[in-house]
Amino acid sequence: MSSKDRMLARAARDITPGMTVNLGIGLPTQVMNFVPADCPVCLHSENGIAGVGGLAAPGHANRNLIDAGGGYITCAPGGSFFDSAVSFALVRGGRLDLTLLGAFEVAANGDLANWIIPGKFAAGVGGAIELAQKARRVGVLTTHTDKHGNPKILERCTLPLTAVGCVHRIYTDMAVCDVHPDGLHLVELAEGITLAEVREATGAPLVVADGPMPTF
Amino acid sequence: MPALDKSAGLTEAIALIGDGARVMIGGFGVPGTPFCLIEELVRRGPKNLTIIKNDANEPGMGVDWLLSAGMVKRLITSHVGLNGNAIRMMNAGEIEVEFVAQGILAERIRIAGAGLKGFVSDIGMGTLLAEGKQRLEIDGATYLFEPAIEADFALVHAARADAGGNLVYEATARNFNPLMAMAAECTIAEAETVLPIGDIGPDAVHTPAPFVDHLVALAELPEVYGVVKR
Repeated sequence: MSSKDRMLARAARDITPGMTVNLGIGLPTQVMNFVPADCPVCLHSENGIAGVGGLAAPGHANRNLIDAGGGYITCAPGGSFFDSAVSFALVRGGRLDLTLLGAFEVAANGDLANWIIPGKFAAGVGGAIELAQKARRVGVLTTHTDKHGNPKILERCTLPLTAVGCVHRIYTDMAVCDVHPDGLHLVELAEGITLAEVREATGAPLVVADGPMPTF
Repeated sequence: MPALDKSAGLTEAIALIGDGARVMIGGFGVPGTPFCLIEELVRRGPKNLTIIKNDANEPGMGVDWLLSAGMVKRLITSHVGLNGNAIRMMNAGEIEVEFVAQGILAERIRIAGAGLKGFVSDIGMGTLLAEGKQRLEIDGATYLFEPAIEADFALVHAARADAGGNLVYEATARNFNPLMAMAAECTIAEAETVLPIGDIGPDAVHTPAPFVDHLVALAELPEVYGVVKR
């Protein structure tokens, strides 16, 4: 399994029976492939579906059935369709147990920046603010560093924020970290990655408990 | 009492839209985008339009036809990431773009359709999107005032309609359509199938006929409505 797939599979383990979950556009959407098929989970997509079944098989796409990222999907038995106001009532009203989102930067205080890089990328915020601010639990799924090797986990975000203090857990190709009032706690290491390597690749101090560190 | 037949011709319905109009357009990506109404609007060519739509479609599709024809002054939207042409025009100052968080955009439209002037929320507090907004204190916490978004016209797409204007949407083609159908002074709907009045059961109606002013039956569905090949 690649380090990316191990990260996706690790995030999928936190999706438990009975949850209503929104998987953000891009990497988080792929977590769907690692949730056991018999796990009773309701996948929401903000364009108006609760009960995403999976990606449509090639040649079997329904022109009227997409997820918020534009991918053609199926609707699971028991699923429902609704308008955009109902879709965000579900989000803001506290019905989402978990959302997994991508990040440009994520900070030790739980701040998330994932929608704008001034002067470079400004295509609009979509549903990210409401997902980040109102899901009961927010996970961030990202490579530990950017393509130049710079840390994406920082003490404070430098980019404009999507939401303040919203993130609970960060899943990367190197580690799983939890946001706590006293800082970022390292809770798991990816197989083959050392504590020293994670510290080197992280732009914020890590709190590490004594004893053996679980791996994924 | 019989229901009024609201069937209209494409040309006569779209001819109502003049220069400077505020026009809501349904759809989230391809599903629910009223491409035939947009195409006729481009043929008519009114200028200085304010377009309110979730996204800007993709290059060479839907809203992009209006942008490329130079008909749009201002775009109120949540995300234009799939349309590089819209991003280029925005960065070049050829169009004004107001970005609104997606659910706040939906609710500001819904509120207009409900005859209200706005609502308060905490969405976007502590971010760029809160800047310049009116603030209110409620129970010691600070909230943002979000004004209703009203429009002169709404262009919506339905899978089925009856001739009286009751509309039914399909799957994720529903999205902003029922909200916009309520929010504009004049709602023009296109439908893939138009049935005789009475042939859609009252419990099955998504948008009730009183919200629809003109109903255009689509004789055929052009390829742009189909599955996008990327």
